[in-house]
Amino acid sequence: MGFIQESIRTSFSLIFSLDWEVFSAVWTSVGVAAGSIILAALFGIPLGLAIAIGDFPLKRVVITLLNTLMAMPTVVIGLVVYGIISRQGPLGGFGLLFTPMAMVIGQTVLAIPIVANYTLSSVKGADPRILPTALTLGASPLQSVIQLVHEIRFGIMAAIIAGFGRVISEVGVAMMLGGNIRGYTRTMTTAIALETSKGEFAFGLALGIILMIVALIINLLLNFMQQR
Amino acid sequence: MRYIFTLMLALTLCSPALAEERLKMSTTTSTQDSGLLKVLLPPFEKKHNCKVDVIAVGTGQALKLGEAGDVDVVFVHARKLEDKFVADGLGVNRKDVMYNDFVIIGPKGDPAGIAKAKTAAEALKLVASKGAIFVSRGDKSGTHTKEKELWQAAGVEPKGNWYVEAGQGMGPVITMATERQGYTLADRGTYNAFKGKKTNLVVLFQGEKGLFNPYGVIAVNPKKHPHVKLDLAMRFIDFVTGPEGQGLIAGYKVNGEPVFFIYGKK
Repeated sequence: MGFIQESIRTSFSLIFSLDWEVFSAVWTSVGVAAGSIILAALFGIPLGLAIAIGDFPLKRVVITLLNTLMAMPTVVIGLVVYGIISRQGPLGGFGLLFTPMAMVIGQTVLAIPIVANYTLSSVKGADPRILPTALTLGASPLQSVIQLVHEIRFGIMAAIIAGFGRVISEVGVAMMLGGNIRGYTRTMTTAIALETSKGEFAFGLALGIILMIVALIINLLLNFMQQR
Repeated sequence: MRYIFTLMLALTLCSPALAEERLKMSTTTSTQDSGLLKVLLPPFEKKHNCKVDVIAVGTGQALKLGEAGDVDVVFVHARKLEDKFVADGLGVNRKDVMYNDFVIIGPKGDPAGIAKAKTAAEALKLVASKGAIFVSRGDKSGTHTKEKELWQAAGVEPKGNWYVEAGQGMGPVITMATERQGYTLADRGTYNAFKGKKTNLVVLFQGEKGLFNPYGVIAVNPKKHPHVKLDLAMRFIDFVTGPEGQGLIAGYKVNGEPVFFIYGKK
């Protein structure tokens, strides 16, 4: 009964006391998610555009595959990346496992299909005459695509917001590839998992409340950018 | 776009300096969940200007991480597996650090009547014959390894509706046993941390020699993995087995009770 109230009280006292561990977990969560979503945008947006604009055999198959990748469980992504960057794996020499960089790699892989899919559907929803018109008006292919991106910028923003939401809320990749190291790779979600395992349910829920507040602030910022 | 680049730049600049050395250590959930590492590690980190990255998993997985060379040092509790680890040439300089013991906990009413048992194996046999709920770690941890040894000693193959394999750490298993009002094998450290507020289960069997729970620390063999930080790992082993580390372990208390004990001192 007092459980929920205790959580809310704890979350506010954690925020106002500027608890170092909580602050570090928030920072890691936001930093890793931001890094991942930037990388995912760099790969995912061109990928989505290419699939949408391009005319190639098996296009439907590729789109179906892309949709399926969105359903890939985070632990599977974690496992695959783990196998690649562990000391025994092909990229083991870099010593990436259990570092923030490892989490960025995993979460980028997680977000690319989401960003690409959202981009793809916003191109499909856009006026099909944009590209041909730009081309007939003498724009180069690159300029025409830039024009298209400008037209669908809200869709692309939605792609980034959706991808960001996915990576900041996931726990599988962060736990497996980051290792939940205190003050280094501990994120909000792995901290919640840890507190739950310690039986500190109220504390875990308090962290959950803080995560939601952080997400709200970030979405307000993104919303503000979108308005401009 | 400019916002994003600014953000990226800010991230790069603010990432922690790479100057200080990092020691990667895999350990069991009990050393972390009991809170011991929070008092044990900071003095070491300060002394040697380094950071210890703790990866807290079950003993089986902790040793696997050492085998793969993904960590520099392992701090675990499963003597037989540790000896095998060293014998297989995967680790060097294994040292005893501390010990505590396992206890069998269960509901106050003790429906299987294990409090009367003379050995831990007999206690488990009673649980099995009554078909009382028993929650097993089921995660190849040190505690799980010990539990399997006990079942073997009892001559019982645990199977059936009453035997719940959780596949989780010690804390969640105690929580699960509490919710189901069943029995489980727990290390005393984690149980003490849960006792009272988080669980109403009580210790029903304890004190047998077979329930001794020693912890050891091992450096990952640099012959197998040349990249491991042997020097820092050795300094860590010297620290936890030396007077300063041993003093911190002996002095660490949860709810006024010691959690781990050191050798050679009562």
